[in-house]
Amino acid sequence: MNGNFKMIFKSGKFDVGVAIFALLLLCIVIFPLLNKEDPLKMNYTMFQPPGANLPLGADNFGRNELVELIAGGKTSLIIGILAGAIATCIGLIIGLSGGYLGGLADNILSSVTNIFIVIPSFIILVLISVSISSRSFLTTALVIGFTSWPWTARAVRAQTISLRNRDHVNLAKVSGYSVPKIIVMEILPYIASYVGMAFILQVASGILSEATISMLGLGPQNTVTLGLMLNWATMYEAHMSGAWWAFVPPVLMIALITFSLNLMNTGLDQVFNPQIRS
Amino acid sequence: MKSYRKYMTSKIAWYVLTFVVAVFLNFLLPRLIPGNPVSTIVSKITSGMADTNSIKRVYETFEKEFGLNKPIWEQFMIYVSNLFHGNMGTSFGQYPRKVTDILASSIVWTIGLQLPAIIVSWILGNVLGVLAAYVKKGFDRILFPVFLFISCIPSFGFAIVMVWLFAVALKIAPASGGYAFDMIPSPTFSFFLSVLQHYQLPFWSIVLVGIGGQSLGMREMSIYELNADYVKYCRLLGLRDSKIVKYVFKNAVLPQITGLALSLGTMVGGALITEIVFSYPGLGSVLFNAIAAQDFPLISGCTLLITTGVLVANFLIDIAYGLIDPRIKVAQRE
Repeated sequence: MNGNFKMIFKSGKFDVGVAIFALLLLCIVIFPLLNKEDPLKMNYTMFQPPGANLPLGADNFGRNELVELIAGGKTSLIIGILAGAIATCIGLIIGLSGGYLGGLADNILSSVTNIFIVIPSFIILVLISVSISSRSFLTTALVIGFTSWPWTARAVRAQTISLRNRDHVNLAKVSGYSVPKIIVMEILPYIASYVGMAFILQVASGILSEATISMLGLGPQNTVTLGLMLNWATMYEAHMSGAWWAFVPPVLMIALITFSLNLMNTGLDQVFNPQIRS
Repeated sequence: MKSYRKYMTSKIAWYVLTFVVAVFLNFLLPRLIPGNPVSTIVSKITSGMADTNSIKRVYETFEKEFGLNKPIWEQFMIYVSNLFHGNMGTSFGQYPRKVTDILASSIVWTIGLQLPAIIVSWILGNVLGVLAAYVKKGFDRILFPVFLFISCIPSFGFAIVMVWLFAVALKIAPASGGYAFDMIPSPTFSFFLSVLQHYQLPFWSIVLVGIGGQSLGMREMSIYELNADYVKYCRLLGLRDSKIVKYVFKNAVLPQITGLALSLGTMVGGALITEIVFSYPGLGSVLFNAIAAQDFPLISGCTLLITTGVLVANFLIDIAYGLIDPRIKVAQRE
């Protein structure tokens, strides 16, 4: 395990990804301690350009763009992590049990998975969000999590099937271990690296999903997220009045967070899939 | 051929089942909203009307369209039989226009914008991907992070920046709409020119973001192929680089067809929102306005149309795979 750990950090891509992510995380944690301004308070004029004590200017409601950006980044990241955790858990449970149990249970579970892979999750996301009249960032995270598990489930199932008849698993079976115990002790450790990578990608796509449905006007309410900032900027036509500070920072922030996560993922991929190691 | 028929039949059965589930979700989810959507909508529409008779008539029309006075399973039957007759109900927000009419006029714009954009970005992305894998070293070390970063920018975010840069700051292209606002769609040259001008920015903003994702997948597949024995053999034979790249491309591009299917899926998600930024008269804008107006029949119509599109695209690709890919052919024989 220790050797693996060293190998991971040997990957330059992983290191750069971690560095960018850690830097963003540090900003998100430290900045609110230094600047206690309320991100939703309207202290300035509409689209006030950047100035001495307003580094990124003000948005359409006259709110401090920098304070908003940090708060929005935090909420978006939390939404992404929650959604990713939910999706990964559901995917794991369905994939592991289908793959290990086989038979009828597998048939049912993989049919459900296949159906939800083909129906675009974006559509289900829109339909559920429309039907929920009041949305907090928690409900948004839940809904995104519940719509994005199928890919993880399919991949975990495939990996579980390839592990199902290994010697150590059969030994555990003969020793009379219970099914949940075999799955957790004998199969899960072997796919842990893969699940970790899938989780990282789920977080990244969760952040993008939040931004997408917020742009449709279906985002969370009474909070700031990167998607909501973009939604406000387009609704009040910041791009038409040249107020670049209202939309360039959130776009960059989304891109940077997902970029760092994707870099980590490719770095891990190179470690665990030596075939594409260059 | 017998095995291919078996493959086809099972695929068709799967897609039919998936479609039924999609229709059911599409019917059920909007109806889970607490409260009566009809009365809220009707009170909004009739806010200026004084005549109680006509208010009542509007309400009854809506209730009949929506069939809200019947039990839910009966409503579902009516919904499905209406769908079979090509009837998706009447729009709330654009009353009394039919949902199918609204969709028919907007789908043309969406397909006209997205299909060429996706195909162009698929071709460019794949060519760049194989080059990045083959040239390696410095080229790849710069290009890979660049591709990855671009693919991380949401297409609508990219679109906002494009409008600001090219329409507002540089004034090269018009910022919004599908054609100049003072024109009426007609088969004239000036209208065509206007459409072309308005096409520029949305098209490139989808293409550029798409290139990133496609090239990443192609790069990975090509690296995989470059390690194969036939490439070493070609090198030993002293074949020209351009010839080897051609072989690698041919072998690596097949799995990328799945990438094409996936981007048809994301065209529905990510790039549809691009239309909102440009107020492009396609499905994305229709969906956006329908959500803002709580126009449930129109929302359902949009989502069902999009789902059907994705299902059909996936189905066609599955069929093509069954015909082209020797690996699947072998699996069929077993």
